[in-house]
Amino acid sequence: MITFAGVGKRYQPDTWAVHDVSFEIAAGELVAVLGESGSGKTTLLKMVNRLVEPTRGTILVDGKSVRETDPVELRRTIGYVIQQVGLLPHLTIGANVAMVPKLLGWDEAKTSARVEELLALVGLPEMSQRYPDQLSGGQRQRIGVARALAAKSKIMLLDEPFGGLDPITRVALQTALKKIHEELALTTVIVTHDLVEALTLADRIAIVFRGALKQFGTPSELLKHPADPYVEELMGMARQQAERLASMSA
Amino acid sequence: MSELVRGLPPLLASHLELVLIALIAAVLISMPLAILVADRPRLALPVVTIAGVIQTIPGLALLALMVAIVAGTGGLGLGLAPFGFPPAVIALTLYAILPILRNAITGLRGVDPAVVEAARGMGMTNGQLLRIVQLPLAAPVIAAGIRTATVWTVGAATLATPVGQVCLGNYIFAGLQTRNWSMLIAGVIAAAGLAVMLDLILGAIEHRLAARKPVWAPIGALATLIVLGIAVLPRIGVGAVAAPIATLHVEQSAVKSVKLGAKTFTEQYVLVEVLKQRLAKVGVGVEVAESLGSVVAFDALAQGQIDAYVDYSGTLWITQMKRSAATPRWRVLTEVEAWLAHDYNIRSLGSLGFENAYAIAVKRSLAEKLHLRTIGDLAPMSRTLAMGGDYEWFSRGEWASIRRAYGLAFARTATFDPALLYDAAARGEVDVISAFSSDGRIAANDLITLEDPLAALPPYDAMILLAPRVANDPNVACALAPLRGKITVELMRRANLMVDRETDKQTPAAAAAWLLGEARLPDGC
Repeated sequence: MITFAGVGKRYQPDTWAVHDVSFEIAAGELVAVLGESGSGKTTLLKMVNRLVEPTRGTILVDGKSVRETDPVELRRTIGYVIQQVGLLPHLTIGANVAMVPKLLGWDEAKTSARVEELLALVGLPEMSQRYPDQLSGGQRQRIGVARALAAKSKIMLLDEPFGGLDPITRVALQTALKKIHEELALTTVIVTHDLVEALTLADRIAIVFRGALKQFGTPSELLKHPADPYVEELMGMARQQAERLASMSA
Repeated sequence: MSELVRGLPPLLASHLELVLIALIAAVLISMPLAILVADRPRLALPVVTIAGVIQTIPGLALLALMVAIVAGTGGLGLGLAPFGFPPAVIALTLYAILPILRNAITGLRGVDPAVVEAARGMGMTNGQLLRIVQLPLAAPVIAAGIRTATVWTVGAATLATPVGQVCLGNYIFAGLQTRNWSMLIAGVIAAAGLAVMLDLILGAIEHRLAARKPVWAPIGALATLIVLGIAVLPRIGVGAVAAPIATLHVEQSAVKSVKLGAKTFTEQYVLVEVLKQRLAKVGVGVEVAESLGSVVAFDALAQGQIDAYVDYSGTLWITQMKRSAATPRWRVLTEVEAWLAHDYNIRSLGSLGFENAYAIAVKRSLAEKLHLRTIGDLAPMSRTLAMGGDYEWFSRGEWASIRRAYGLAFARTATFDPALLYDAAARGEVDVISAFSSDGRIAANDLITLEDPLAALPPYDAMILLAPRVANDPNVACALAPLRGKITVELMRRANLMVDRETDKQTPAAAAAWLLGEARLPDGC
């Protein structure tokens, strides 16, 4: 469970990148934070694992304010995936996935068993001796997800994880992510600017515009009852696209 | 030639040791500094600027400056000797910082920000981030910086000779001063060879780091080179030098070994050999620090870093005592000796019997054409003439003194190495030069010296100076005191020319042996 309570972030004196955001993500939910670039959605995500500290308000994870946990400890319990993946280029895939267990001081046997398990989970067994530059973009992002889950995190944060991928790879990865999310009963937050991705993947969507939360709800709630002109416009676009596609195949 | 090769290993070993310690110190200073400032641009700018300014100081000047700083601060408060190794290693360390620092900053800043963010996001501490991510990824760039610094330092270390540090510069300076080109070339080739070898090995390390291949092989090669250089080289080749030719029976000496100093010109190389051969006769071992700067030599004696060397009364009179010229020869000598004894507890063994005075020399043909006989004759035409001097000349009191006394103002002045100065006058590059009166090259280059009727130039009696440690040693006195008054200016000129001339060139040792033979010293003390 992740709770945002009156969260604000100000980088420069007069501009709030995130302004007074409150909503609650339930345990086991897959939530998309949808917004344009510069809307503050990434800032919102990074405040959960304290890569960014809020100027105002509180974030609770499982009822406990993140401010009370040491940021290093906190980050080791929360999986984190970014668009550029950021695998360590000088280490093998196996060593990359094993990094957090190693930081946590797991023993060799437990770590290597976990690495094998995760590589199988993301569909890339027997890749453990390769180096990152020998993998395709899609494979690298699968490893990014495996790495984020290595220490049995129950929460996973993803920042535009499929942004740079071709459509086929993207859909395959979205499907894999959804499956992993359900199998491991994770609480997953995915930041995206892709309307279709948010609508097809998420249980609930938080729509962010210029630092403010416009609406938080299930895809069907948003489509049927947009609470705001911006959400309405966004949903209108989604509906139009779907209708055009339907008319083409009719 | 074989003697040159035999003399090389200890120089090479000492050179390598100096370079290595300076580099290690530079890495130890630069790396934490780079880590500190890499992501703080406001701090990085002044730090890199300071390192850059140090880099622009000419190597020789930086070394000389370190001598002054180490001496002025009581050895940096640690009692370090302001002479030889400490100032040399400090100057070279400062010199090596910039390339290492700059590359380390560039390397750390060049690490992909996405990788850093991911590493932070997975819960690495700053230390883990540095150790596991940033340093390994920046390693090839850092290695390239160390490689650049190494090549620079091997070259710059040759300049450590004049501050009293033994290194390959000893061959280069002595070779240049005595026009012994094979010695000069041996020093240059050895330094270049060392630089190339280190460059190749460090280059291999750099490329393997970049390709993420293991670096054990080149590191092994480097370690082998270092061990060979520092542990094995000093044991081969030398040895022969220390063997005493003891013939005279003397009483048990308190002093077993004496450290001699020599400045950077031929006469000094010859005279230090004279002292060395005399001391060897009474079984006193000798170590020589040669090619010292003029002021460095005196400071080294005053502080007990060397035990004896030959200086000139006028030099001490002008540069140390800050007195003016126009004083009779005997008075300068006695006052200098009294001042040395009183202020420094330094003992003078008296004049060797000749002066090596500063003299003003011109080409004979020019003197005849312009009817020059005295320095004063230059005054009406000095505005159309060019004057050449050695490194020190134009900043010495003597230069100010003759300008004032005779009203000279030259059209142009130029500084030359003493080895090239006489040539410059003979070839007409300059019209007038500062010469040394005992230099055989005055006559050899068909130059004449102008008279100094106003005594604007002080007298320069060559005198052996002894540090307190050896001042009253019976053996040292027995070996050196008989030299007093025995070396005439004619003998000294001929001995100097034996080393300086281009044909039938002799080593300083051979010239010294000849000089001792001609000087007819009494047997015994």
